[in-house]
Amino acid sequence: MNGQAAMKKHGSTLTNIAGIVRRELSGYFGSPVAYVFLVIFLLMAGFLTFTIGRFFERAEASLVSFFTWHPWMYLFLVPAVGMRLWSEERRLGTLELLLTLPVTLPQVIIGKFLASWIFLAIALALTCPVWITVNVLGSPDNGAILTAYLGSLLLAGSFLAITSMTSAMTRNQAVSFILSVMICLLLVIAGYSPVTDLLTRWTSPGVVSAVASFSVMTHFDALQRGVIDLRDVGFFLSVIGFALFGNAVIVRGLRAG
Amino acid sequence: MIRVENLVKQFGAKRAVNGVSFSVERGEVLGLLGPNGAGKSTTMRIITGFYPATSGRVTVGGHDVATDPIRVKALIGYLPESAPSYADMTVQGFLSFIADLRGFSGSAKKAAVHGAVETCLLEGVLHQPIDTLSKGYRHRTCLAQAILHDPDVLILDEPTDGLDPNQKHAARELIRRMGKTKAIVFSTHILEEVEAACTRAVIIDRGSVVANGTPAELKARSATAGCVRVTLGGAAADAAVAQFGQLPGALRAELLPGTDMAPDGRVTVRVYPTRDDSGAIGAAGAALTVAVAQAAQSAGWQVQALSTEEGRLEDVFRSITLPDAVAK
Ligand SMILES: Nc1ncnc2c1ncn2[C@@H]1O[C@H](COP(=O)(O)OP(=O)(O)OP(=O)(O)O)[C@@H](O)[C@H]1O
Ligand SMILES: [Mg+2]
Repeated sequence: MNGQAAMKKHGSTLTNIAGIVRRELSGYFGSPVAYVFLVIFLLMAGFLTFTIGRFFERAEASLVSFFTWHPWMYLFLVPAVGMRLWSEERRLGTLELLLTLPVTLPQVIIGKFLASWIFLAIALALTCPVWITVNVLGSPDNGAILTAYLGSLLLAGSFLAITSMTSAMTRNQAVSFILSVMICLLLVIAGYSPVTDLLTRWTSPGVVSAVASFSVMTHFDALQRGVIDLRDVGFFLSVIGFALFGNAVIVRGLRAG
Repeated sequence: MIRVENLVKQFGAKRAVNGVSFSVERGEVLGLLGPNGAGKSTTMRIITGFYPATSGRVTVGGHDVATDPIRVKALIGYLPESAPSYADMTVQGFLSFIADLRGFSGSAKKAAVHGAVETCLLEGVLHQPIDTLSKGYRHRTCLAQAILHDPDVLILDEPTDGLDPNQKHAARELIRRMGKTKAIVFSTHILEEVEAACTRAVIIDRGSVVANGTPAELKARSATAGCVRVTLGGAAADAAVAQFGQLPGALRAELLPGTDMAPDGRVTVRVYPTRDDSGAIGAAGAALTVAVAQAAQSAGWQVQALSTEEGRLEDVFRSITLPDAVAK
């Protein structure tokens, strides 16, 4: 072997992340579970929007009845997508293989996260018929719809990062699912108005709004109104960053002994 | 190529590796032996950068695994103990994923995957999902991933585990052949493998190195090394044992268990040479074979077989790792 070939025994950050993304995505689409998931996602989105959300009865050209349900849908669907990310590597023993390849832990974490996020983005993109429908029926504020889609994607990413972290905690996918549903539920109800209304009876409004500012609902609602506030986007990005950092700490801890 | 210095690994209260040191140069094949739980796999996991060491230092190709893990990992091909692989992928898909992460692309990637597939005889199962493969094929798939990038260093944890006899033989040949240009460490519980493939063996027991030498050196430490074994026709067992035991240079003689019942009346006797305090065999002991032959001839016994024993690794392994049981 010549020197040049000997040099090229590990890839760049980007090719490493791309390699991991490709493997994870082919894992999703190589199994029927992905298609089942997509169908369930679309059916649920449709059911919640058109029946419970009374999309037609509202007779308004907006997608509010569509997006309001996303936090509740993601609460279960995102952990279902992400629960195997790390627990499966631990169960199969492939973690040892992966972490002795010339890739860094952040590259692996980001690659896995991105792959699942892309999968969720595809699911979200498949809901575009709803968007087309409102445009046919009336003239909605398409800017607001676009920011709501952005908010939805960021929300899914936040839940996904949390799921990625919890899935590193255990070999058992079911345990990782339950843990992430619980954490995500906390982040939802901290800003869910029936809960915040209840809280205001006991504590000062300052405390309530402080608690609510940690909720995904507060920031998701803001994005639905069609305003891109950097604080809202920043909130989701910091949840993602924080959870993925926790993910790295947990995986490092697994090996420290 | 590989230097391991005073390696320690602590798991809670348990010290799995306790001050292990050895080094392996290019062209060497090091066999890592030791009882279950001795710390072989843990040592290998530290060398490959999977576990951080509690203390001590590992360098591979001059790079410290603690400070420069990516360089080290790029140099190493590693077969973990359980030979893990992604169950839902095909053999082809799995190897091409590994090639991606090893920085291959285009035709170089094709060639690397093809070479590994050819070496590990995986052509027939290339498009089969890994979870439908037999255990031996899964093992070979993981071995293929370890050698795909033609690494300078190979760390193989029980590489022949689960292979059929033909494949075991092929794997040993492969290790021996690759050992000429690489530095290889492999662990095994099959001692013939050490003689067949290793240039050096290290025995680890309870986290510490208890022996380090060539297979021949280790075998020479066996109690039966240098013994003369003679098979006689027309001799009474008791008389032969008594006669040989008194020869100059003989420590004692014994009848090999089970051979006095042979229907043809042959007996096989083992004569132990005298040794000095360091365990070395003296001049009289070295001449023991000739003395035994002459004594048999003068007693009128017919010598049907006569040999000097090399000693057995298994005896050395047992006496080092189970000193109490052997003394009994
Ligand atoms: N992750 C871990 N956490 C706690 N203890 C561990 C861990 N890994 C290994 N050990 C302990 O360290 C010791 C050495 O284990 P190791 O796997 O290195 O043995 P080995 O020599 O490879 O044995 P075998 O021949 O059975 O493969 C054992 O007592 C084991 O229980
Ligand atoms: Mg082991």
